[in-house]
Amino acid sequence: MPSVERLRALYADMVTARYYEERLQEEYLEGKQPAFDISAGPIPGELHLAAGQEAAAVGVCHHLRDDDVVTAPHRPHHVAIAKGIDLKRMTAEIFGRDTGLCSGKGGHMHLFDPDVNFACSGIIAEGCPPAVGAGLAAKKRNTDSVAVAYLGEGAIDQGGFFESLNFAAVHDLPVVFVVEDNDWAISMPQERVTDVESADTRADGFEMDGIRVDHDDAVAVYEAAAEAVGRARDGNGPTILSVQVHRRMGHFMGDPQSYRSDEDQEAALDRDSIERMEAHLRDHGLDDDDLGAVRAEAHQRVDDAIAWAKDQPKPDPDDAYEHVFTNPPSGVTDTEPDFDLAETGGEGE
Amino acid sequence: MIDRELTMSRAIVEAIGSEMRENEEVFYMGEDVADYGGIFDSTQGLLEEFGYDRIMDVPISETAYLGAAVGAAQQGMRPIAELMFVDFFGVAMDQIYNQMAKNTYMSGGSVSVPMVMTTAVGGTYSDAAQHSQTLYGTFAHLPGMKVVVPSTAYDAKGLMHNAIRDDDPVVYMYHKRLMGLGWLPAPAGPKTPVPEEDYTIPFGKADVKREGSDVTVVTLGLHVHRALDAAESLADDGVDVEVIDLRTLVPLDRKTVVESVEKTGRLVVVDEDYRSFGLSGEIVSAVADEALDSLEAVERVAMPDVPIPYARELEHEVQPDASDIETAVRNVR
Ligand SMILES: Cc1ncc(C[n+]2csc(CCOP(=O)(O)OP(=O)(O)O)c2C)c(N)n1
Repeated sequence: MPSVERLRALYADMVTARYYEERLQEEYLEGKQPAFDISAGPIPGELHLAAGQEAAAVGVCHHLRDDDVVTAPHRPHHVAIAKGIDLKRMTAEIFGRDTGLCSGKGGHMHLFDPDVNFACSGIIAEGCPPAVGAGLAAKKRNTDSVAVAYLGEGAIDQGGFFESLNFAAVHDLPVVFVVEDNDWAISMPQERVTDVESADTRADGFEMDGIRVDHDDAVAVYEAAAEAVGRARDGNGPTILSVQVHRRMGHFMGDPQSYRSDEDQEAALDRDSIERMEAHLRDHGLDDDDLGAVRAEAHQRVDDAIAWAKDQPKPDPDDAYEHVFTNPPSGVTDTEPDFDLAETGGEGE
Repeated sequence: MIDRELTMSRAIVEAIGSEMRENEEVFYMGEDVADYGGIFDSTQGLLEEFGYDRIMDVPISETAYLGAAVGAAQQGMRPIAELMFVDFFGVAMDQIYNQMAKNTYMSGGSVSVPMVMTTAVGGTYSDAAQHSQTLYGTFAHLPGMKVVVPSTAYDAKGLMHNAIRDDDPVVYMYHKRLMGLGWLPAPAGPKTPVPEEDYTIPFGKADVKREGSDVTVVTLGLHVHRALDAAESLADDGVDVEVIDLRTLVPLDRKTVVESVEKTGRLVVVDEDYRSFGLSGEIVSAVADEALDSLEAVERVAMPDVPIPYARELEHEVQPDASDIETAVRNVR
């Protein structure tokens, strides 16, 4: 069992992530109601919320250091927060501001914070190979840092995942593949797309270890992750850690979820990992005031981040041409040359 | 007189449904195409009529299901396989390019691959660099697949009938902004009258969407509508713009383009795909090859060679719009 301080820290990140997404949701819907137009409102683009999946984020990331690498998929906020991403600059990025983590170029599915080695991508399972590469780098350099690739249960059918498992296993790389099993891949329930009941059994074919945590209990995840991350850190190779979580929301904001039964949605709402965590904290002697204090601090942090982000400058349109290369080749900086036969003395008037 | 108008997605679905009714061998595979009806409404309503066996949700395994479409097509079936966003082609490009597109040639013509790969293209809603590309040029550049890009509901239906009946692999690229989605409002143009009965639109026949004598604007997809908007406001200033909608890239109707430039002497090519090594260069070169003497001035309006940024100000900067087209037309005048 983790220490009380650790439990409190897990809880703080969970409530930060949950409240963060509630606030983002409010901001996102501004200007998109009553008629939902994805291109209106203060937050651009798609928004995938992770409410209900916090246990999988904090349970693993609280074993990690800044030099450990995390790659997350298209639903990244809870993992980013647990990994210690710069909350203000992440928020500014989501609002498309110049001082955002990626200068407004990446947005919510493509957050990069090299200070804490966090990255994410919107292409399914494609964070797995780079995580393997980070594990490879750690092994070659003889450091004890580890890499964690997060993916959804829908992503476990993707080729890039299988190839990554094999590569990590055959080279005994320090990688943990964390599968957040929320039962749904957009509208596709797991049983329609795979005969395998649980992602951890994918480990079997690769001579690696698989662990399943079949409820979204942050403490159970924390304990399972101690084993998986410990194995990686000790040089004993990769693990698949599969965690049952719940998708409380639609796949993305604006998803009407007509494919999903009311019972299923209600069941997801009923099983709240945050309430479960509160029960653990109470078992450790914390009372409502203690919990309220943690929550108040988390909410303040989120409100500050959102207020700060909304106050940030928008990018200068000319910056669209920056950052294509780290070392821009000389002579081709003008991406829109003005070419015109008349001006260049061709067949002109 | 046709008194009903359809959105582009309804027109596409109508063609697919009709072909599926006619031919047992036609089926549709993709992610979220069954219960969801396609993220971009590309299969709305088909599940009810045809069931899960013919409107198949597939695992998130593009290599497997696009390759499976190739295999089924080589057995003589007529699969339609949807790649949700064209940007995802990378995880499965071998099946698309080394199998689907090459097997006919490599077999010396003894094998054919009568499948359709449908895919959504285009930006303008801040979905950033992995979800907003247009990539017309990539697919048209690589030999062996026909490439179709409708801009209206009428064309979308006729081109889809043709695509399914064609004995070759067809890549059918629809722009998200044209589909008529509730959450991504379309301009008025793509919703058109559509006949109830089946009809085909042959590949390789560009459509002159607006006749004009001063400048030829060649484009496709969403930018047909932007070019028409630009043409309207230029008309107020006495500039008479001809707008050509290519409709298919492979085969490419060079003749219509060349004839138009022979008439106007001035060419503007508009493309939402990247500028270099792509469609806009191809069109300019086609005209230069065949009508250099008529060509007085050329402009290209295209996505600069940068990944598509997220923030609205940045995406707006790189995305060609009607005012960019207007400026280009004025520049060649
Ligand atoms: C290669 C690729 N194919 C398809 C998609 C579209 N897509 C985005 S999220 C998603 C479902 C993912 O489900 P899962 O992995 O279970 O994660 P969840 O969304 O449930 O968190 C799909 C199909 C994509 N982004 N990339």
